[in-house]
Amino acid sequence: MPAIKSLDDLKRVRDEAMQKRQLKTEPGSIQIIVGMGTPGIAAGARETMRAILDYIEENQVANIVVRQTGNIGLDSWEPIVQVVIGESPKVTYGRVNPDAARKIMKEHIQGGNIVQDYVIES
Amino acid sequence: MRELALHILDLAENSVSAQAKNISIRVLEDTIADRMKISIQDDGKGMDPEMVEMVIDPFVTSRTTRKVGLGIPLLKEAAELCNGDLTIISQPGHGTLIAVDLQLEHIDRMPLGDLADTYLSLMVAHPEVHWIFDYQVVVPGESAQWFYLDDQPVKDALEGLPLCDPTVLAYLRGVFQDGINSIRRDDIQMEINL
Repeated sequence: MPAIKSLDDLKRVRDEAMQKRQLKTEPGSIQIIVGMGTPGIAAGARETMRAILDYIEENQVANIVVRQTGNIGLDSWEPIVQVVIGESPKVTYGRVNPDAARKIMKEHIQGGNIVQDYVIES
Repeated sequence: MRELALHILDLAENSVSAQAKNISIRVLEDTIADRMKISIQDDGKGMDPEMVEMVIDPFVTSRTTRKVGLGIPLLKEAAELCNGDLTIISQPGHGTLIAVDLQLEHIDRMPLGDLADTYLSLMVAHPEVHWIFDYQVVVPGESAQWFYLDDQPVKDALEGLPLCDPTVLAYLRGVFQDGINSIRRDDIQMEINL
């Protein structure tokens, strides 16, 4: 049976989300890309992704686009998370376990400071 | 990979890489026939027979021009260890179907794992893809329990609101978790807690 029995629920979700978005003024776009190729998944990238999504939910962080990508060829550095904020150059983080992901969300995404400990390329 | 749900995530990512616009994932636990069946169907670019062979066993080919991951050979081996198999049906320009069939109660069967998290991650991270997520459990003496989500009506109702919006995320997380965990059998629930 369909998982969502009534689309009215979705309308309510949409209305609630729109109201909250109107209350915030968050300039610019933020893109977070999690490596989800086979080595990434084997290294725990799904749990990393989960930590990122949970952080967004718990802290009501809007204006973030989270994506998954395939293997980018840095297998021994997985899980890999890339961050693009506005026009700034892409920052590539490696060995990002859920704790590291939370740190990056707090210090880089919200705080604006790159977390040097985990950087591979920037 | 310690969960079948992680293999499913891996296969689905392959489908995305193949530029699929529509991807359907189906998981069936049939306790009457004692089989677990997983299938991933996509309408991506498909593979010719030579590519299919290489994907199933990358060590047999002499071809070195394309990089092939180990996800499928590992899953095939895991299925065969449980009296099962992995089949690929594919044609260039016509998409790909990967079907895995294994014995449900085999002592070596890896747990299904967190299917809700796999499904949610795929839906949110690849909004350009039309997803159909299916999970069914068949138990003797009861009607089949079934979770089915076609994400198109969801996206239509949200009218362009991003899936990564915190309010939307919380709602979708609930839909997947409640829907899938409510039809799991107790012993499978224990596997997640280990």
